[in-house]
Amino acid sequence: MQIFLPIAEVSVNAFMLLGIGGVVGVLSGMFGVGGGFLITPLLFFVGIPPAVAVATSANQIVASSVSGVLAHLKRKTVDLKMGMVLLAGGLVGSAIGIQIFNLLKAMGQVDLLVTLCYVVFLGIIGFLMLIESLRAMKRAKGRPGGRPERKKHLWVHTLPFKMKFRASGLYISAIPPIGVGIMVGMLGAVMGVGGGFIMVPAMIYILGMPTKVVIGTSLFQIIFTAGFTTLLHAYTNHTVDVLLAFLLLFGGVIGAQIGAQIGLKLKAEQLRILLALLVLVVCLKLGIDLLITPKELYSLGV
Amino acid sequence: MRMRHLIALVAFTFLPLMAQAEQVVAALSQTRVAVNANFDGSEILVYGAIKREDAIPENDPLDVIITVAGPEHVETIRRKDRRFGIWINVEAQVVGHTPTFYTVASTRALHDILPPLTDSLWKITADKRILPGMRGLPAREALIRLRKDADLYRTREGEVDLIQDTLFNTSIALPSNIDEGVYTTRIFLVRGGQVIDSYGTSINVQKVGIERWLYNLAYDNALIYGIMALAIAGLFGWGASEAFRLLRR
Repeated sequence: MQIFLPIAEVSVNAFMLLGIGGVVGVLSGMFGVGGGFLITPLLFFVGIPPAVAVATSANQIVASSVSGVLAHLKRKTVDLKMGMVLLAGGLVGSAIGIQIFNLLKAMGQVDLLVTLCYVVFLGIIGFLMLIESLRAMKRAKGRPGGRPERKKHLWVHTLPFKMKFRASGLYISAIPPIGVGIMVGMLGAVMGVGGGFIMVPAMIYILGMPTKVVIGTSLFQIIFTAGFTTLLHAYTNHTVDVLLAFLLLFGGVIGAQIGAQIGLKLKAEQLRILLALLVLVVCLKLGIDLLITPKELYSLGV
Repeated sequence: MRMRHLIALVAFTFLPLMAQAEQVVAALSQTRVAVNANFDGSEILVYGAIKREDAIPENDPLDVIITVAGPEHVETIRRKDRRFGIWINVEAQVVGHTPTFYTVASTRALHDILPPLTDSLWKITADKRILPGMRGLPAREALIRLRKDADLYRTREGEVDLIQDTLFNTSIALPSNIDEGVYTTRIFLVRGGQVIDSYGTSINVQKVGIERWLYNLAYDNALIYGIMALAIAGLFGWGASEAFRLLRR
């Protein structure tokens, strides 16, 4: 069934959009990532103009994150206090990121820098996560039923302004979460994504949060960052296609629920390995596109 | 300068004589195309007849050429090159008004019926119609190539049916990723390498219904549109979560 999108101004197959939304929704529910880094390239592939794809996927991310966060709230796997602290940093970061984005746009190389950002960040994070999770898995196998791991004393424990995050079982300074929020908000605005794929590892490895609460908390924070991005795109660029978003999120919200169920059945290490592999695949694809000689050297439009 | 001479030549010598002899009368199956939610391209039937006072001239065969051009926009063409081992956009060129859609249909192969001079004068083929002043420039050639690859610039030779040198018809397919605006249709009668009559009309392509409403809202009340988009997203997220909770019970 073909459908004509009013803002994108193209006719596409409605079931294909539902499918894309569904697949990304499953991943979103499983890993606690918004899925922006997957849905945007997929939309390019089906012929949606890039500007519309970026803006509309932000809108779709809001829906799948709301759906996911509600599932996690029922299970009490959201650290709301941590989420608020991260969000405070995130909004500051978004504001800074948008300034950087506009500056790059004026310089005329925004596409390249966004792609480079993707390749560098996805590459580093994917690689680190893969190594760490493989090591953790090996450790778990080597000592079946061994003593529980002792809480490590991270450098973040030495900073002032300590706060108690009961759901995460942490008593740490508020500075690192705000810092992480700012960094992720900034990158999210520049790269046009919610930033979950940066947020999740940062929460695990920098803040030392338990994997169990990381996903719900990340989704909680993403709702607001992606919402802010959507509003900004709609207001300044008129590139949010509600009809496109509707189809994507229809598939997406259902997918997110299924994903959350799958996520519960898998072990934390397995989840991390899968996410790491996924991140690396996207990184590799984008990296190769930069290196090989393109078939067509010229391109039209924005 | 040379062009102006030519036009004058044609206007003062050929047209008054020829126009009397054979004239084109044509119509379109529709002059309005409504783009609604399930719009998936559109077929426009172009049909007509050749009006004559005298008998059909025997000397040269008669041919019909029909062109349809979409709304015109200024385009930016970017060129990639390898810098520091990676492929990046190094050059951007803004080129003048070009139609987003252009199709030429004819009764026979164009090189048999249309000498280059006549083609230039009437700007019929894409090569003569699209930025003729920039011919040979890589950016202009790339634009035409990209649009041809996207099937937006088409040449349909032999697709106009001409019956007994009097009645003709063809169907023009408008693409599904259509641009809103006025599509100009031109019909040429060609005999002996000369355009002996031409006729122009237009097709109005417009979004209607929910498409129109959403498009207007997005541009005129962007903030309300953005809030609406967020509200829909939030509502759907919540709705799906509730629905699944009920299902699992």
